[in-house]
Amino acid sequence: MRNIGILVCKELRTYFISPIAYVVAAIFLAISSYLFVSQAMYISALSMQMVRFQQEIPPLDIHQTVFLPPFLNMTIILLLVLPLLTMRLIAEEARGHTMELLATSPVRSIELVMGKFLAAWLVVLIMLAITLHWPLMLMSATTIAWKPLFSSYLGLALMSGLFVAIGLFASSLTENQIIAAVISFGILIGLWLTGSGSSDNSTYTSVIGYLSLSAHVEHFVRGLIDTRDLTYLISMTVFALFLTHLMVESRRWK
Amino acid sequence: MIEAIGLGKRYGPHVAIEDVSFAVQKGEVLAFLGPNGAGKTTTMRILTGFMSATAGTARIAGFDIFDHPMEVKRRIGYLAENPPLYREMTVAEYLTFVAKIKGLSGRQVTVALGDVLEKCALGHVAKRLIPNLSRGYKQRVGLAQALVHNPEVLILDEPTTGLDPQQIIEIRQLITSLAGGHTIILSTHILPEATAICQRVVIINKGRVVAVDSQEHLSARVRQTEQISLGVRRPQPDTVSILNTLTGVCRVTPKPMDDNGQVFIVESELGQDIREALSETVYKNGWGLLEMRAITLSLEDVFLHLTMQETGLDPAHVETPEPTETPLA
Repeated sequence: MRNIGILVCKELRTYFISPIAYVVAAIFLAISSYLFVSQAMYISALSMQMVRFQQEIPPLDIHQTVFLPPFLNMTIILLLVLPLLTMRLIAEEARGHTMELLATSPVRSIELVMGKFLAAWLVVLIMLAITLHWPLMLMSATTIAWKPLFSSYLGLALMSGLFVAIGLFASSLTENQIIAAVISFGILIGLWLTGSGSSDNSTYTSVIGYLSLSAHVEHFVRGLIDTRDLTYLISMTVFALFLTHLMVESRRWK
Repeated sequence: MIEAIGLGKRYGPHVAIEDVSFAVQKGEVLAFLGPNGAGKTTTMRILTGFMSATAGTARIAGFDIFDHPMEVKRRIGYLAENPPLYREMTVAEYLTFVAKIKGLSGRQVTVALGDVLEKCALGHVAKRLIPNLSRGYKQRVGLAQALVHNPEVLILDEPTTGLDPQQIIEIRQLITSLAGGHTIILSTHILPEATAICQRVVIINKGRVVAVDSQEHLSARVRQTEQISLGVRRPQPDTVSILNTLTGVCRVTPKPMDDNGQVFIVESELGQDIREALSETVYKNGWGLLEMRAITLSLEDVFLHLTMQETGLDPAHVETPEPTETPLA
């Protein structure tokens, strides 16, 4: 545990000393904030119009109308920026010979993997936490549905955990950061798209459908916490971390 | 302290090292000597736990490197060929991180950092970023990294490669000052380095240990006769024949005359000390003694001899008589 803490501190330092964390966070926040603001303005204009024409105002679901669209888009933005955050984690240690230091220190490879995973995940969680100012800002204007909002953030947090774990695994496969990024894009986009487009009820499609990342995440973002989705995200994350552990360990046997 | 037993490493059909065995006593400095690609780095990487072996094992401080890797790693400081340095850290930050990751905590870290900065004379660059340091300083930071947790065993892979002569001397002095308190293995392909800082030498070639011994013993093993270089001012035509009559002398080879006189290489049987008889003869005949010194084989000669023999090349150009038997077969 102690070693994990030391490694998390070291990785966080590296993230915040180099520009990478700031660049990724800035791009993520700029795009998603733009999407959120334009959605909020659109809905507010729409409700104004309804009031002006004295129409029967349908009950406005603030979560479904204001938060859901930008959150769904956020999942895609995270899919595109997180591999850039994780690509250097192990690849850079291997390329810069610092792996020799870590591998000859009294640190287990699982501690190494967990330290790196937690550090990168923490950076993403900070990015997500910054977006919490959206509902806080809207609090003065309307009543916020906090429960579905909590479900959305839980889903986004777990999903970014999985993205980070997959990115870490990709980073453990190579010494080249670009290749690591391309591999994690490949895995993530593949997982995102599986299951889309097929509609028959064979075992094959139901298995493939279960693997589909987008469906599971969408449930969370809509406000539904389902144990199936929880199990999916957590077990996939653990599996990716386990594979990373195997890759790190196997370097010894080469 | 360190004991390697039949270490081997294969990559498919390619054999990197085979049956490497040796032992190092506590406080001893051992050199790993061999041409590039001989298997020095592989052996060191196995000892430090960075790599696995395909055969054999090793014990460090009584712990088997495969059964108790964590215990072993706590007791080892390792400087790899390329010092493992982080670009984004200052020297002090880096050494603090290494101290923590090696298992020190709290006060220990601060104390260890102060000690190692002083030992490696890094105090004035402690706040500099590592990539801005010169090659020599980077190497010193690498050495400091291996030393920071005060390990019992130090494994240094070519610690002086790529440094200028002044820096080489500094690093060697530093290593010499560490001997005694630490058990040290260092690898090098520079022969004088092994002579300068190590008590014992393991010569390794093509993945096999060719010889393990002290330098003096090694030269004695390759040499079949004692050789003395004798310089006289006024040699006579019968000098060679007179010298040949001395007891123990088996061959006298005159070197060409020059302005100062002539040099004779006098060979005698192993273990025979003929220096006294020689000087007396020269004095009695009034040849004028200029110099007399025992010729010892340098480590270069021994090294060439051993590694050539291994590959079946003719070691004739090494300054030794034709070997009548293989000294290390």
